[in-house]
Amino acid sequence: MVEEEGFQRYLAHIILWIGIAIVAFPVYLAIVASTQDNAVIANGQMSLLPGGHFFETYYQTLFVGTSGSTREPVLNMMLNSLIMALLIAVGKIAISIISAYAIVYFRFPFRMAIFWTIFITLMLPVEVRIYPTYKIVADLHLLDSYAGLSLPLIASATATLLFRQFFMTVPDELLEASRIDGAGPFRFFWDTLLPLSRTNMAALFVILFILGWNQYLWPLLITTRDDMQTIQVGIRKMITTTDALTEWPVVMATALLAMLPPVFVVVVMQKLFVRGLVETEK
Amino acid sequence: MQKQAIFQSKLLPYALVAPQLAIVLIFFYWPAVQAVIQSFLLQDAFGLSTSFVWFENYLELFKEPAYFAAIARTFAFSFAIAVSSLSFALLLAVMADRPLRGSTLYRTLLIWPYAVAPPVVGVLWVFMLHPSLGVLSRYLRAMGVDWNPLLDGNQAAALIILAAAWKQISYNFLFFLAGLQSIPKSVIEAAAIDGARPMRRFWTVIFPLLSPTIFFLLVINIVYAFFDTFGIIDTMTRGGPGKATETLVYKVYTDGLLGGNLGSSAAQSVILMVIVIVLTGIQFRFVERKVTY
Repeated sequence: MVEEEGFQRYLAHIILWIGIAIVAFPVYLAIVASTQDNAVIANGQMSLLPGGHFFETYYQTLFVGTSGSTREPVLNMMLNSLIMALLIAVGKIAISIISAYAIVYFRFPFRMAIFWTIFITLMLPVEVRIYPTYKIVADLHLLDSYAGLSLPLIASATATLLFRQFFMTVPDELLEASRIDGAGPFRFFWDTLLPLSRTNMAALFVILFILGWNQYLWPLLITTRDDMQTIQVGIRKMITTTDALTEWPVVMATALLAMLPPVFVVVVMQKLFVRGLVETEK
Repeated sequence: MQKQAIFQSKLLPYALVAPQLAIVLIFFYWPAVQAVIQSFLLQDAFGLSTSFVWFENYLELFKEPAYFAAIARTFAFSFAIAVSSLSFALLLAVMADRPLRGSTLYRTLLIWPYAVAPPVVGVLWVFMLHPSLGVLSRYLRAMGVDWNPLLDGNQAAALIILAAAWKQISYNFLFFLAGLQSIPKSVIEAAAIDGARPMRRFWTVIFPLLSPTIFFLLVINIVYAFFDTFGIIDTMTRGGPGKATETLVYKVYTDGLLGGNLGSSAAQSVILMVIVIVLTGIQFRFVERKVTY
């Protein structure tokens, strides 16, 4: 054990709490702002303590939306975000696990070519192919649809790689044993491989859910109808109007609602989250 | 590496890879090829006729001082974001990497910003530092700073960098902590026995052993600053004032979708693709040898 003086130990605690305070301050401010009166905030007279407008603001945010012409209840935006995030996370896991299964447990012509074709997509984030992808989705009549929101983001080389690596560590004896029991490829996958992959799938799901929920550029491009907006797009539109008209309490309440599900997932499923993060390495 | 125990089937494996392959071909390769083709084409203002112009779009781009400015700006942003976020996260990780009471609580309280979406980060920071109503702006003004990021380009850039670095602290903190915990305690004890004080131990023993993690995080942070800052910029400054916060990705977006200059936007996309390929290449080349967590 390296000896540590009491002073250094205190210093560590103090620095960590300062760090935590810096990290938390913008969110604290949002909580406070969401409970205050807009006129007071707009005057630059905002208090640093919570006000009394909590229920009013959150009721308006969730069920009514801003007072502007493009009002849209935030609850509806959250539902869109939730559907998109779930489709992306479940879709990615589903298509990646079966393609990794094929690549590891079968020999077929073009096996490696297919693997590389999937692998190279790591290098094509949606930001570098936005316009052409937009055009294809438009041509397929998928604008303003959940399929259009999720399909282009569903292919994932990371998930395929992860499952491939995991399958390689599964002992061959398991396959031989289940073959003796008369199991075919479907039975082996369903009864043996899938239960073994449960933790990996859960860790991956946590990361993919967060990434899906937080998508911004893509939903911004392909949703034109207000009722298809995700919460990340909706919040941006709330501060588009001229500054004087921005309803800051509603904007801040929306910001907090937008971060609630993913932050909840990180805090509650911390072990899975850290595991998923380290394994996917982004 | 290959499995010895496998299944025999002619069609099943193709059926299994088909969904992913279809999505990859339709939504990745086809658009990427389209971007490359488009980058060689010039469309007239009404989109009525298109002609093949070889590298003209690229040449135009490189003749444009604004494009070089955007490249320089993007790299400057990336560097500033990476350095500020990494150093702050490293300080916190070093403090947390000791048997402290409540260390799990500390970790929980420091990692959650990972889950906050870039546009939300933008909204939070714009509110905090808004020139007329921001809470922190009051103090800045009281200190005599003429704070107005809506008009002052440098201040707007500082705002973006701060917000983007804030979001990345949690990711860097987690990986630094994992890296620190993988350093054998015996090495540090040996240095302590040799009489090295904590600061010296850090710079001569811990820091060098941490260098693979630092390098890995540097690449990840640069990629993050290139691409994931879009949401932050779009909610905070929209690339303005002027073009003071317009990064490469933001320029692709504004030129292609708002400005209608598809050829130039496509050429910019292709250049971005090359940058991503180089960065990913560096990551794989060097990160293969990184510490195991």
